Amino acid sequence: MIISARGLRKEFTVSRKVGRFRRERHVVSAVDGVDLTVERGELLGYIGPNGAGKSTTLKMLTGVLTPSAGEVSVCGLEPVAKRTTLARRIGVVFGQRSQLWWDLPLEESFSLLRHIYRVPEGDHAARLKQCTDLLGLDEFQRTPVRQLSLGQRMRGELTAALLHGPEVLFLDEPTIGLDVLSKQAVRTFLADVDKRGDNTVVLTTHDLADIEKLCRRLVVIDHGRVVHDGTLDELHARYRSRRTIVADLDNPWPEGLTLPGAVVTAVEADARRVTLTLDGMAAGEVVAALAQAVSLRDLSVQEPDIEDVVARLYRDES
Amino acid sequence: MADIRDTARVYGRVLRAQVRSQWQYRTSMVLEILGSMVVNGLDIATVFVLFSVTGALGGFTGTEVLLMAALSAASFTVADLVAGSADKLREYVRSGLFDSLLLRPLSALLQLAVITFALRRIGRAVQGVVLYIVALCVADIPWTVERALFAAIVPISGAVFFASLFIGGATVAFWWVESGEVANAFTYGGRDFTSYPSTMYGGWFRDLFTLGIGFGFVAYFPSLVLLGKPDPLGLPTAVAWGSPLVAVVAACVATAFWRFGVRHYRSTGS
Amino acid sequence: MARVQTALVAAGFRRYATYRQATFAGAFTNTVFGYLRCYILLSVAATAGGTMVGYDRSQLVSYVWLGQGLLAVVNSWTMLDLAERVRTGDVVADLLRPVDPLWTYLWTDIGRAAFAALTRFVVPLVVGAIAFGLYVPRSLLTYPLFVLSTLLAIVVCFACRYLIGLTAFWLLDIRGVMMFWVFVSGAASGLYFPLAVLPEWLSTVLWVATPFPSLLQAPLDIAVERGGTGHALLVCLGQVMWMVLLLLLCRWVQTRAVRKLVVQGG
Repeated sequence: MIISARGLRKEFTVSRKVGRFRRERHVVSAVDGVDLTVERGELLGYIGPNGAGKSTTLKMLTGVLTPSAGEVSVCGLEPVAKRTTLARRIGVVFGQRSQLWWDLPLEESFSLLRHIYRVPEGDHAARLKQCTDLLGLDEFQRTPVRQLSLGQRMRGELTAALLHGPEVLFLDEPTIGLDVLSKQAVRTFLADVDKRGDNTVVLTTHDLADIEKLCRRLVVIDHGRVVHDGTLDELHARYRSRRTIVADLDNPWPEGLTLPGAVVTAVEADARRVTLTLDGMAAGEVVAALAQAVSLRDLSVQEPDIEDVVARLYRDES
Repeated sequence: MADIRDTARVYGRVLRAQVRSQWQYRTSMVLEILGSMVVNGLDIATVFVLFSVTGALGGFTGTEVLLMAALSAASFTVADLVAGSADKLREYVRSGLFDSLLLRPLSALLQLAVITFALRRIGRAVQGVVLYIVALCVADIPWTVERALFAAIVPISGAVFFASLFIGGATVAFWWVESGEVANAFTYGGRDFTSYPSTMYGGWFRDLFTLGIGFGFVAYFPSLVLLGKPDPLGLPTAVAWGSPLVAVVAACVATAFWRFGVRHYRSTGS
Repeated sequence: MARVQTALVAAGFRRYATYRQATFAGAFTNTVFGYLRCYILLSVAATAGGTMVGYDRSQLVSYVWLGQGLLAVVNSWTMLDLAERVRTGDVVADLLRPVDPLWTYLWTDIGRAAFAALTRFVVPLVVGAIAFGLYVPRSLLTYPLFVLSTLLAIVVCFACRYLIGLTAFWLLDIRGVMMFWVFVSGAASGLYFPLAVLPEWLSTVLWVATPFPSLLQAPLDIAVERGGTGHALLVCLGQVMWMVLLLLLCRWVQTRAVRKLVVQGG
């Protein structure tokens, strides 16, 4: 267990204008009693709507914010008290907050970081090489950071976060605002990090494609509380999301035909395309039954749409 | 010990990187260095414009006034070089960039000093120190070994005192982001206050600034010690010798306040 | 047109009215500096036998505290948004509007000054009056003349800052210019000491050849009735001259700046 939090809470006092001159102060819980454990080598997706408390949790886990209540331990350390010790053992990418030196070329930032984290030359070179190959840093390593595109900068940030060989990697919205290619590069890279299994990764994201591609385990948080902790499949099961089969037919769909284990949800294109929503039965059996009933030209099975699930989840909770 | 040296080397590297990136705008920087030296010179000139009216200030002669003004200038400009950009903390807190300082395995305070280090302030600091040396030479000082040591220490302790004020003033930003100008009253106000003999002020204002906040221990009391003069306001000379201790206390208070502030950092702004 | 101006003035006023904490912080700082400068000048006057270059005790007190209040009203130390908008290129939007940005900025700045006059001008004045006792003008004419002179000072100072903002069209970084302006406008406008303290040739040069005394020294001298009504009118006339001259200069420089923008495409 490399990360553990019990009853983690963060309260902010906000003052709001009431009338012309009076101000009213009240306490808001951004994180309201979060329990969380992460095992070594896991890749955890920490998701939730805007303002749910994702970033606040991450900041408490990394020692940036002092919790109002609760216990936290990361790599066996209390983050705020042992901030600088912990800093050597974790890597962090917080979307808008750059770790890099704005006016210096990327490679100089990396070399500064090597000294700051006191990484032996050999380890540094090996890790840098690995990142350079995977993320294609070569073409812009000598460009001052201020001139990099967001996608290039994010690749730089990821490298910067990994150069000291952190045990835990915290990524806050690493794909936000990136172009399609950079998003893909970041995802592939993270999948590779995950496959190697050296690092534990905690990832917050709004991008559902990130979740589908990367996260085996999902923790969903809303209004500062954990509302789901489990696999993506469990999330689907809980919200009864279903797979669908779309079939193109040689002849029009016979009206009134029903199949066991599936419901017809749409008939289109002169009744030559039909959409069936599975009712829990395995896709194979339905496809077999379908092939018997009609003459198939093409067929595809579609996974449930996670966007739907999460949207429904957020709606449910609020 | 080796560890401390290593750590110092790390800060040195970050500092050099900072200077390198500022050096990219060197024309503007050179102009600023020269400009700030002129401005600093005119600051001292202001003292002597007022001096010229009667040929004395607060009962002190020209070289005595120069010693106080120069000691104040040396202290302030050196502190300004090291910690003068601390008020940039406001921007770091407002934008949430302060996060990235907390995520590195280094002291957040030293990092702030290093990354906001402004090379353009170096001209003024050199000028302030040179002026102080000149003032020491022309002033009528009954030199002893103790006085020589004291003369070497007080500009440093004065700088520590001002740096503590810069840091303390900046730390307020953890609670109150729009506090900027209030800190100016004590940093820049302190510089103006210490440029003149404390005897010029009156009432509770003099007591508060000279003794309460401790500005008297930057230039006024140390100058009296160096000149071998008793304080017309009645502070025992032995206390005046203790000026460096005041700076140590100020530094401790400022660091404690800073630590307290960091724990109240809210990390807003996305 | 009158309605546009009223709207701009109101906008400037409202914008600054929202900066409540900054207003408080500024008034506090001005007050601290008021104590500092007041004691220093009074000490010099005491050594000199009660008056300093013709200013008596209560005149000096008024000079310092009115100066601290006026500093925020004429606002010589805060730059206009113009420079930043030039730097970011947003200025193009200003230039495309049917109203000349010079006037837009001027009316907005007058709105800002009006807010400052009600807040940051009043605080040091009250503190100074309670702690030291202000000079009470003998002639009733002094009050309207002071108001007029202050209005002129606001416009003159605005024009100076507008010119500095325009230099951003040519200079990448105007910090150096700004720093220089901040100090010179402080010392040469009479903020630190009355200009009469300076050697006569220097103060004459400042009065005749620079707009700086028009920023503070002019209204302050009028308020403490240095010289008679005739002298006050002469001082205002000088301010009017500088106002016209500087506004014309702003127009001229702005035309050049626009041409540069058109030629180089930003």
